[in-house]
Amino acid sequence: MEEQLAVQISDLTVAYQEKAVLWDVDLDVPQGILMAIVGPNGAGKTTLLKATLGLLPTAAGQVAIFGKPYVEQRRLVGYVPQRGSVDWDFPTSVLDVVMMGNYGKLGWVRRPGPTERKAAEAALEKVGMSDYAQRQISQLSGGQQQRTFLARALVQDAQIYFMDEPFQGVDATTERAIVELLKELRAAGKTVLAVHHDLQTVPEYFDWVTLLNVRRIASGPVAEVFTEDNLRATYGGRVSFLSAARKEAA
Amino acid sequence: MNWWDLLTSLVTDHTVRTVALGTATLGAVSGVLGAFAVLRRQSLLGDALSHAALPGVALAYMLTGAKTPLVLMLGAGLTGFLAIGLFFIITRNTRIKEDASLGIVLSSFFGVGLLLLTFLQRNPDARQAGLNTFLFGQAAALLTRDVVTMAVFGGLALLVVALLWKEFKLLSFDKDFGSSLGLPTRGLDLLLTSLLVVAIVLGLQAVGVVLMSAMIVAPGAAARQWTDDLARMALLSAFFGALAGVSGALISSLGSGLSTGPVIVLCASAIVLFSLLLAPNRGLAWNAWRNWRNRNRLRTEAVLLDLYRMSAQHSDPTEPHPVSALAAVTGAAALRRSLQTLQTRGLVRPGQNNWWALTTQGLAEAQRMEAALAHKEAQ
Repeated sequence: MEEQLAVQISDLTVAYQEKAVLWDVDLDVPQGILMAIVGPNGAGKTTLLKATLGLLPTAAGQVAIFGKPYVEQRRLVGYVPQRGSVDWDFPTSVLDVVMMGNYGKLGWVRRPGPTERKAAEAALEKVGMSDYAQRQISQLSGGQQQRTFLARALVQDAQIYFMDEPFQGVDATTERAIVELLKELRAAGKTVLAVHHDLQTVPEYFDWVTLLNVRRIASGPVAEVFTEDNLRATYGGRVSFLSAARKEAA
Repeated sequence: MNWWDLLTSLVTDHTVRTVALGTATLGAVSGVLGAFAVLRRQSLLGDALSHAALPGVALAYMLTGAKTPLVLMLGAGLTGFLAIGLFFIITRNTRIKEDASLGIVLSSFFGVGLLLLTFLQRNPDARQAGLNTFLFGQAAALLTRDVVTMAVFGGLALLVVALLWKEFKLLSFDKDFGSSLGLPTRGLDLLLTSLLVVAIVLGLQAVGVVLMSAMIVAPGAAARQWTDDLARMALLSAFFGALAGVSGALISSLGSGLSTGPVIVLCASAIVLFSLLLAPNRGLAWNAWRNWRNRNRLRTEAVLLDLYRMSAQHSDPTEPHPVSALAAVTGAAALRRSLQTLQTRGLVRPGQNNWWALTTQGLAEAQRMEAALAHKEAQ
């Protein structure tokens, strides 16, 4: 019997004021892979993640997580929003932010206790942020902010992770830490979908890739799909720099 | 009446006590909800909501003929909710941005309110009902009954905040993440905004519709200066709100015909000003001092490194050198201060004719700094 798909998106269409941002997107994501979602600015990458997670109204389409509607499977899904989507001057500490990953399991009214605290500390350890647990979040560098968000997602203990530009604007140390983390997640059988900007690192960091520009251009294993033709189809004429990058990677 | 009499009247005088309790309650409740409003960038919403309460007050009187604050406040609350509803409808369904739609809601509701109020003023009964005190507030009019009403509704609002603390915190910090966990963020958003309406309505009688939004923004903004923890910020904001309420009510009771609202708001503004200037870490005075200290430290380090580089050209690095060349860059007075600082730290020693030398300790320190700089550049 064929293994169940981690994520199955069919006919997903999202429009802002009559302009289609995503058009009829189908996407099958098998379990246990690291998938990059790439495409030019305005291609709908973030929209694809948000619509999949039910954060945006969709014009059409279905999303299934392990064969069931997303709302029934929330506990299996972890989310790492774009770092810039929150106010980092909010009065709270790193540990506190990471604890928020527990809120879904906790349910209404109940406060996080020692168990949740331990989970948060363990997650901070994993991303190398233990020393920063009590730090006010406004004092973090971009990379540390990103690792804080990743730790929060780890606390969710999910099966599938949706990450919105985890590598955006981070330092070299953080980049290495995230790559290690992605590998660990894959080794543990988790599935990761990440919006990614840097085409050069796609073959190195990910094993599957989806090329998106409002429509789904191509999706599959990097070796099969990450071709110059597909990239040209996704990015239009602006790919002269790509071929050089491809040769380097190969 | 002197200050001491004023303070003792808090305990002995029944009217003063009632007014103080009432304004403290309204200050504390609007402080806590204002803390959230400030963090959620909803200060303007508070302004719109309080102005939107005015037609509610007038309509409630017109429909029921009742002068009891509870009825008038219910009316205020209803038009407040109506205003929120309209605001959400406008922002969701049109291309008008939030600030503009708040402006629309605020001015149209307030305009209707003023119109109704001037119409009612022709009627002597209504003049007696004291509706116009809702414009600028009249804390002296508070009765025990009103204070009890305020305490009950304010207490309920604070109870809801306490119960849903972690939900409101997540909503305020990262709404999308909250939604992804399955939190009904839309509903929570509406609930928190509704509690804000409750806080505003509680303050209308004492502070008035025109200035009530200051009681939402000021305590929260001041509290944010002093702490980096949400719970502490909310408590401090409640305290600041209560402080402004009580002191404003007391001060306004000194002069006849002083509207309470403006005085309370001035007290709140004084707290904000004090916090902006003097709070540790975030205050302006603190920042200026920190900048001055950093500049001094950097200049002192630069002087030490300059001396080190000069000495590197000689066989004995701890020999004195003339520093007049350095004064051209740093300025003579600043150079002297830096050298004195270095001397007290045992890193340099003076020679003759304003010549200065590194000590062995200073040499080691300069070498360590140079290595650290090189390391940083390599990275």
